[in-house]
Amino acid sequence: MPRSPFSPAFWRSPLRGPWFTSLLGLVLLGGITVLFVTGLLSYAAYNPDLSPVNDKTPGKGLLGFYLFAWPTDPHWLYRLTQGVHVTLGITLIPVLLAKLWSVVPKLFTLPPARSLAHALERLSLLLLVGGGLFEFVTGVLNVQLDYIFPGSFYALHFYGAWVFFAAFVAHAVLKTPLALRNLRELRGASGPAELRGEKDELTSPNPAPPTVSRRGAVGLVGGGSLLLFGTTVGRSFDGLRWSAVLAPHGGAEPGNGPGDFQINKTAAYAGISETETSEEAWRLVVRGRGGTVRLSRAELLRLPLHSAALPIACVEGWATSDQLWRGARLRDLAALVGHDDPTDVFVESLQRHGAFRHAALRANQVGDPRSLLALFVGGAELTPDHGHPARIIVPAAPGVLNTKWVGRLTFGDL
Amino acid sequence: MRPRFQLGSTFQLLLLACSFALAAYAGVQLLARDWFGVALWIVGVALLHDLVLLPLYAAADRALVRAAGPRRRAVMYVRVPAALSGLLLLVWFPLIGGEVAGRYTSATGLSADGFATRWLLLTAVLFGGSALLYVLLHAVRLRRATKERPSADH
Repeated sequence: MPRSPFSPAFWRSPLRGPWFTSLLGLVLLGGITVLFVTGLLSYAAYNPDLSPVNDKTPGKGLLGFYLFAWPTDPHWLYRLTQGVHVTLGITLIPVLLAKLWSVVPKLFTLPPARSLAHALERLSLLLLVGGGLFEFVTGVLNVQLDYIFPGSFYALHFYGAWVFFAAFVAHAVLKTPLALRNLRELRGASGPAELRGEKDELTSPNPAPPTVSRRGAVGLVGGGSLLLFGTTVGRSFDGLRWSAVLAPHGGAEPGNGPGDFQINKTAAYAGISETETSEEAWRLVVRGRGGTVRLSRAELLRLPLHSAALPIACVEGWATSDQLWRGARLRDLAALVGHDDPTDVFVESLQRHGAFRHAALRANQVGDPRSLLALFVGGAELTPDHGHPARIIVPAAPGVLNTKWVGRLTFGDL
Repeated sequence: MRPRFQLGSTFQLLLLACSFALAAYAGVQLLARDWFGVALWIVGVALLHDLVLLPLYAAADRALVRAAGPRRRAVMYVRVPAALSGLLLLVWFPLIGGEVAGRYTSATGLSADGFATRWLLLTAVLFGGSALLYVLLHAVRLRRATKERPSADH
């Protein structure tokens, strides 16, 4: 047996071949396209063009070309798009690993480049493989709160996605026709060594005896995906959460009673003390073109209160089912300070640190009758961990824009 | 005569030029803060996968096949649960290994205990189920083989 991986005979698995690689490639073509689109939607959902406090990527330039006012309907929109983004990403990991395994002999192809185009294609593959793994790794680490990557997750995952996507599109354009032809012509039969004049660098010239059929290998990859999917998808539904046994925000709900649903950041983690949220100390400051109003919680309770059934949906891909919130409408609070037409609002939390202690909401979000400054949830007062004394809740907005422990609302064009 | 270095397909060159232009446009921002750290991660994660993770699991698989010797049929009954268990560990190692336990509990109010236990339990279920399946299918095969064997009396 040759000792060097640069020799084609070194690679002996009889599984490798154009059919296996083409199948995995086409699955990734569809899957990664969905990941990219849902990722772009998540980016738009933060309304980064509304205010610098929402924008973790001020250098985006042309990459923000498609941004639009994020809607409030349907109210589960972000729960769906971000749930798909994270759950599908985790589900695709076995497919990605199998695809990389299936093409690894090509990494060692000699000569390193047959032409300028070939040399550039191989350089592009570094961006494809490195960029792709970078996106998957930063995503998987971020949902586990393991912030060991070199910088802000939002910036790394966003710009990294565009670098990866640039290489992904080139690779897809160059390879998809071949992959489709391979699947059509090979139909699961053992692959020919030479295919249409293109040198087949995948099929081993010296295959070892098989220990698994090709169908078995596809089954193993699919089984891995199914296992990850089955132990992850439950984190988007309160009734299924128990099934997400290894995923963050899976398993049990925190505590019990009306506030027993998932918490992104606890009051203790955010550094909120009871002395500043007590009935005596806490005042909500509402500012607008009509002046400034200071309201105690008792005064807020005398405003017309409304209910809305809305979920919390996190960028990390977990979500709660709809919770029944009750509080003052944001548009009523705007009217209190002279804004009868819907306008933007700048929300400030009592939090002293944290990337989203300030957030901006757009006029369409403020104007939605379900957008509340919530005081109650599930028929009881908000718990400290859910933002007592008052928090924002807006339909279809990413979780962190539903600011907790609100101290000040400033209405007006941003 | 030395072979002349070819340019290659014009379409491919144009496509790759567009791809590199977009990658460079985003890459400037990606590398704006900590260019060395980010470049190290992108190259490092590719090398770590291609030159460490893949050779490791390929070597483990080769060792398994060698250990199985003539019982090739048995290989899958070890390979499948080992691969699935390894996959879960690869994806969830920060929680299973407990390295984010402190932050996880203080941020979410959820217990960070039990990830390792649940992973071990799942691993046990995977291997146990696989062993059970092997025994059952083996028994069926044995019985079928005994039935089909021509009797010595005839």
